[in-house]
Amino acid sequence: MNNVPAAWYLVLAALLFGIGAFGFLTHRSALIMFMCIELMLNAVNLTFVTFARTLSDISGQAIVFFVMVVAAAEVTVGLGIVVSVFRRRSSTSVDELSEMKG
Amino acid sequence: MIAVAYTQGAVVFATSALLILIGALGVISVRNPVHAALCLIMTLFGVAVAFVAQSADFLAAVQIIVYAGAIVVLFLFVIMFLGVDSREHVHFEPLVGQRAFAGVGVALTVAGLITLMARSHWVTGAVSVSSKLSNGSGNVKELGTAVFTTYLFAFEATSALLVIAVVGAVLLARRERSTTSEEVSQ
Amino acid sequence: MAHVATLILLLPLGGFLFLLVNGRNTTERQIGVVGTGAVAGSFVLAIITFVLLLHHATREVTVNLFSWISVGSLHVPAALLVDPLSITMCLFVTGISALIHLYSTGYMHGEKDFRKFFLYLNLFVFSMLLLVLANNLVLTFVGWEGVGLCSYWLVSYYFDRDSAASAGKKAFIYNRIGDVGMLIAMFLLFSRLHTLNYLSIFSRAGTLSPTIATLTVLALLLAATGKSAQIPLFNWLPDAMEGPTPVSALIHAATMVTAGVYLLVRMSPVLALSSSGRMTIAVIGGVTAFVAATIATSQKDIKKVLAFSTISQIGYMVLAVGVGAYSAAIFLMISHAFFKALLFLGSGSVIHSLNGEQDMRKMGGLAKYLPLTFPTFLIGWLTISGIPPFAGFWSKGDVLTNVFEHNKPLWVLGVATAILTGYYMSRLFVLTFRGTERFREETHGHDPHESPWVMTMPLVVLAALSILGGLLDLPWVHHDSLAGFLTPTFGYVAAGGQASTLAQYGLAAVDVAAAIIGLLAAFTIWRDISSSTKYEIPFLEHVWHWDDAYDAVIGRPLTQAAQFSDDVIEPRVIDGAITGVAVSVRRSGEGLRKVQSGFVRHYALATVLGLAVVLVYLVARVA
Repeated sequence: MNNVPAAWYLVLAALLFGIGAFGFLTHRSALIMFMCIELMLNAVNLTFVTFARTLSDISGQAIVFFVMVVAAAEVTVGLGIVVSVFRRRSSTSVDELSEMKG
Repeated sequence: MIAVAYTQGAVVFATSALLILIGALGVISVRNPVHAALCLIMTLFGVAVAFVAQSADFLAAVQIIVYAGAIVVLFLFVIMFLGVDSREHVHFEPLVGQRAFAGVGVALTVAGLITLMARSHWVTGAVSVSSKLSNGSGNVKELGTAVFTTYLFAFEATSALLVIAVVGAVLLARRERSTTSEEVSQ
Repeated sequence: MAHVATLILLLPLGGFLFLLVNGRNTTERQIGVVGTGAVAGSFVLAIITFVLLLHHATREVTVNLFSWISVGSLHVPAALLVDPLSITMCLFVTGISALIHLYSTGYMHGEKDFRKFFLYLNLFVFSMLLLVLANNLVLTFVGWEGVGLCSYWLVSYYFDRDSAASAGKKAFIYNRIGDVGMLIAMFLLFSRLHTLNYLSIFSRAGTLSPTIATLTVLALLLAATGKSAQIPLFNWLPDAMEGPTPVSALIHAATMVTAGVYLLVRMSPVLALSSSGRMTIAVIGGVTAFVAATIATSQKDIKKVLAFSTISQIGYMVLAVGVGAYSAAIFLMISHAFFKALLFLGSGSVIHSLNGEQDMRKMGGLAKYLPLTFPTFLIGWLTISGIPPFAGFWSKGDVLTNVFEHNKPLWVLGVATAILTGYYMSRLFVLTFRGTERFREETHGHDPHESPWVMTMPLVVLAALSILGGLLDLPWVHHDSLAGFLTPTFGYVAAGGQASTLAQYGLAAVDVAAAIIGLLAAFTIWRDISSSTKYEIPFLEHVWHWDDAYDAVIGRPLTQAAQFSDDVIEPRVIDGAITGVAVSVRRSGEGLRKVQSGFVRHYALATVLGLAVVLVYLVARVA
């Protein structure tokens, strides 16, 4: 099952990353943007695991382990921020949070 | 035998690729945030399949349990709680040139990544015999050893991080002690 | 002898320092004694040095005081050169200065800045002695600047008078322009000869190319015209009459204005190398003498007549230098110091007796009220006109004889000037001392009083010197007298005095005739009138409109350029550049500030674009 060239998975990960990046840049809703961040993180995880397989090094998988932990923590805190911002403004559009301008 | 394995691997790859890409495209294009969360689950499943195909069984399990099971649920919870499951105006872009530049930037990034991968030299899909990674299942032992010995410090740090995250979340979501309490109706 | 010579220099300096320090609680008498005593002491020491020099083995003694500048190949010691020329200058400078100091104690009595006057006067004498005793050009230049500075201070002594203040500035600025000439001469000489010591310059002067020699001579001439008030830098001297009369007598008649002539005479070995330079000097001298004499005929202020007369007489000296008659120039310098100081001090006495009146139209008939001033002034008048046997006849005659030998046209100019000299001095004499009394108004009906003895005694001494001054250099004993004493210091001695005895008598007769023509003309015209539009020509009275010409050609354009700089260049170019830098910084800041739009998505886009750039670069490297 593992004889698929690693390059395919890597290309898949790159495409996933690209889709996630594009979504992040074009959506205004904070929640959708978070989901796109999750897409990008998953793309990275896929890349790490692919390289762990090709280089036969467990460290790649260990890194993915930690990435998942951090992603969980990040989502927790991030959504907490979204909730408290929403309480003030009744909108999740990030374009509204533009007071820190030059 | 190898041809069969090859074909099997290709089928698995195709499945995971399909799930991932359709899910991802769904996330960025559906209007309803709840539908977007469901598409995200689809992508996560696809990634889990890819993990299994690459001998990362434990990670595939963790992916389903933590990511799809907890994080996406959290997303859905917040979406419902805030009541933003109505449609969003995706076609109207207030920032001038954002979409164009975003498209260009992302295209260049992906193209660059793919080109780099194509031009670089690395090992092909054959598995080495004497490696830390064992074939098929049974990776958990190696992973556990790595996490609890080589990367112990990172492990402890991430556990502290989780505690901090929980405390932070509680603090952020706390209501202020005011006479009027906000009731968010569904 | 070294110590005596050094003390000549240090006594006036000591006087200056003493007066500087002990200002507050000294009486006029003490100040006068210290000031006059210092200079009189210098005079005595000068006589002693002179006697010692006569008996010395060599007639050139260098007194090294200390090593002053020693940089690379430039070695300038603070050293004195005691030789016939410098000791001659010392003698008459200190002698006349002592007499004028004595005179000033009476003339300046009651002035509120009495101490300041003597302070500056002593400093002036020190600077002048430094100028003549120095053994190198740099130390001479120090003295040169010093006398210019003291002249500025003393001319604007009554500084609360606008005319006096600007006269001081005018004197200083004209002197400064001349100083550029001296600096250029020093640069040229040092660059070619690598020394600024007189003796070294003279021994190496032969190596100078004709062009450089001519340029140096012209530069020295520029310096001399500035200091000695010749064309084109003479306009400051008439204005300098704003200073008190003793100042006019000392600085602007006897000493400072002769410094230019001294410099040219001292540099005679360099002058010997450039005949075109010498011709220029002679022409300038002759023309200045004539022009100044014409102007003097139409002046109404007694001191202004004497000022233009000074310019004219110095013109004679410069003319003599130009034709190479150096000892004649020095002879005229010494006798001019005697009679011009006498005339100035006498006029000071007249002004003092009339309570400050200087306009000759308000004088007249003073002969019987000033029993000492009148006869001494008469002697001075006869001397300057060139009547034998007074000093002026011999000295001016010496100059004109030498000029005749070399340049007939300039001799004619000199004789014409002599006629005018006789004329204007006689006009002055008649208007002041003879004729009707027109001063009653000024003295409020009182009779004018004679001056005190401190003022009249110097007049008597100077009158005696004017009578006897001719003995210094009588034509038939040239080699045993002044000329013989001075000749070894000159690099080139004109073939003067070689004219036949007949020619000399003829020239002498011409000189006397010229003087008498002038005298008679003046007496005839001015006996009965005190002012006349026919004989006081406005063009001459306004100095041939020379000042106006300078103003129009130099003064006004420069002022306009300065105004333009102030109005246009200052605010637009200079301020504009500086504020322009500030403004452009601010504008670029305001422009760049818009990058911070506040939108998170913009920042994210920037990150992604940056990432794209990095990846493109990596791809390019791998490719």
